[in-house]
Amino acid sequence: MRRSDSIGAGLGLWLRSVTVAALLALAAVGVQAAPPPARFPQPEFESGYVQPLTSVPLPRSLALEYADVGVLTAALALASWLALRRRSRGGLVALTLFTVGYFGFFRRGCVCPVGAIQDVVTVLADPAQAIPWTVAAFFLLPLVFAALFGRVFCAAVCPLGALQELVLWKPVRVPSWLSAPLKMMPVIYLGLAVLLAATGADYLICRTDPFIGFYRLGGPRPMLLAGGLLLVLGLFVGRPYCRFLCPYGVLLGWVSRFAFRHATITPDGCVNCRLCEPACPYDCVRVPESEPPPEPRGKTRRRLVRALAMIPFLTLAGAGIGGALQVPLSRSHAEVRLAEQVALEASGQPTACTVESEAFRTSGRPLADLAASAGRIRRAFGIGSVLLGGFIGLLLGVRLAGLVLPSRRACHDMDRAECVSCARCFASCSVEQAKRTALARPVEPPESPGGTHVG
Amino acid sequence: MAEPVRKVTLSRRAFLKSSAGVTALAAAAAGLGLRRSAIAGDTVWQIDPDKCVQCGRCATSCVLAPSAVKCVHAYDVCGYCNRCGGFHTPTAKVTDTAAENQLCPTSAIRRTFVEDPYYRYDIVEALCIGCGMCVKGCGSFGNGSLFLQIRHDRCVNCNQCTIARDCPAQAITRVPASRPYRLRGVQGRSRDAQV
Repeated sequence: MRRSDSIGAGLGLWLRSVTVAALLALAAVGVQAAPPPARFPQPEFESGYVQPLTSVPLPRSLALEYADVGVLTAALALASWLALRRRSRGGLVALTLFTVGYFGFFRRGCVCPVGAIQDVVTVLADPAQAIPWTVAAFFLLPLVFAALFGRVFCAAVCPLGALQELVLWKPVRVPSWLSAPLKMMPVIYLGLAVLLAATGADYLICRTDPFIGFYRLGGPRPMLLAGGLLLVLGLFVGRPYCRFLCPYGVLLGWVSRFAFRHATITPDGCVNCRLCEPACPYDCVRVPESEPPPEPRGKTRRRLVRALAMIPFLTLAGAGIGGALQVPLSRSHAEVRLAEQVALEASGQPTACTVESEAFRTSGRPLADLAASAGRIRRAFGIGSVLLGGFIGLLLGVRLAGLVLPSRRACHDMDRAECVSCARCFASCSVEQAKRTALARPVEPPESPGGTHVG
Repeated sequence: MAEPVRKVTLSRRAFLKSSAGVTALAAAAAGLGLRRSAIAGDTVWQIDPDKCVQCGRCATSCVLAPSAVKCVHAYDVCGYCNRCGGFHTPTAKVTDTAAENQLCPTSAIRRTFVEDPYYRYDIVEALCIGCGMCVKGCGSFGNGSLFLQIRHDRCVNCNQCTIARDCPAQAITRVPASRPYRLRGVQGRSRDAQV
């Protein structure tokens, strides 16, 4: 009885181990299925030759990635302090130089918060994806600081803005008839980038980043050319990329508009001396209405109502245009292009095979799988391009309505959505100048005629 | 000079403004936070050698020049052949190291005598441009011990790998940074032990 028990147990153990071994062998076969067969077996060396190992240099350590988040936080905090408390242009320029060196040439401009938009969108759109939390931190930190202190990230921490900040030489004013439509470009750029990232087609912002080629000391020729042209333009037009292209600037502007504490042109009360008006190279100083509008109140109201009524029409029109563009937009996805190419080759028309279609055939992936996946992507583009067009139309309408809205400004202040807190205007403010002079000569009695004026 | 104490008076407008900013930020953070699976550990890009079709785009599509992709050699898969499909051109009549008989456009493979009739082949990474010509030759005529890998001492780990975007076989994917290579041979099989 006992013996048969133990035999049974032994048999069970044996069976179990055989099963485990068989499963392991199966698993091993499954794992090892792909590599090509060894046509030539390993020689049996007689000279005592020892095979070297393949070297595997490790990626940058995680601790250094975390340190980068620390550096970003510190730089943002320093920029906030320099812009809001110290009101020091010199300090911000020094920080800008550090940014060019560290985030630019040392870290080669990657990961940057501008491009991190796409990572975040990818993750929100596709549940199967995940991003490192360092990338999430790079995306969120400048926004957090913008909600607290305005666009201090743009001031001196963004490696793209830093280059343009440093090359600005003789700023010219962009007339408003030109700058107002140009300011719609970042919105379109952002919308397109979000659409392409959400559908998994491409990272548009990274691909068309104009300055990263300089930081990497090389890149595609169109990228370097575009970057060079923008920098030459940037000699005369302040920050052309930031103002008329940057998609992250749109988000920062939305948040910065409601900043908890934003830098102000004047340290105390504005005396409307108008000295700061020409100081801003980015056209962000907003002047108070000098006199009440000459037209009756009712006329303004009617115009505002008309502008507000236009918003739904513009949104619908944008959605219509977006929807009409969905097919060409969907071709930005490699899977859609491949499906079209394979269909073209199957249709019997004389056409050359592409590397992609050949790779598809050798991979043994079923055609139905490709068709289904391309169909999914096309549908996503169908919805996405309508939303994109509607979004652009909506923002256009809101901006037009904003133009009609009468200003209630009582003193000179910066446009909080657009100001990058570069601290140029502070020195021009007469109140600030008086304060600095007073601080520079603390001992002398105020009525002394021969006081030295410093600063 | 004493700093005048700033009177904090919060008008309705200012309150609404600041609370709108805080709400928007909280929403953004919550959007990411709700999907906790969205935040992962660090990842890096790597090529699956079994999917690679050696199209040659690794050499040209990388944001770096020369590319971060290099050929690597799994010595324990190699047959140590006298005539190497990765080293010699298919038309080579003599198995020597003459330039016209070498497949590699930059002569980045070094051939050393081990013992009769075996030769060892090493990749000189400083010369390799990651074009994959030797990989194609080795896979077609040999054991497939040569294959392309993204070298992490060079890779800048872009948000979106430009080679992955251009790869016709979708062979480049993100892998955990703790297992940054996809090797063949013994090292590939004991990936966990290796790093």
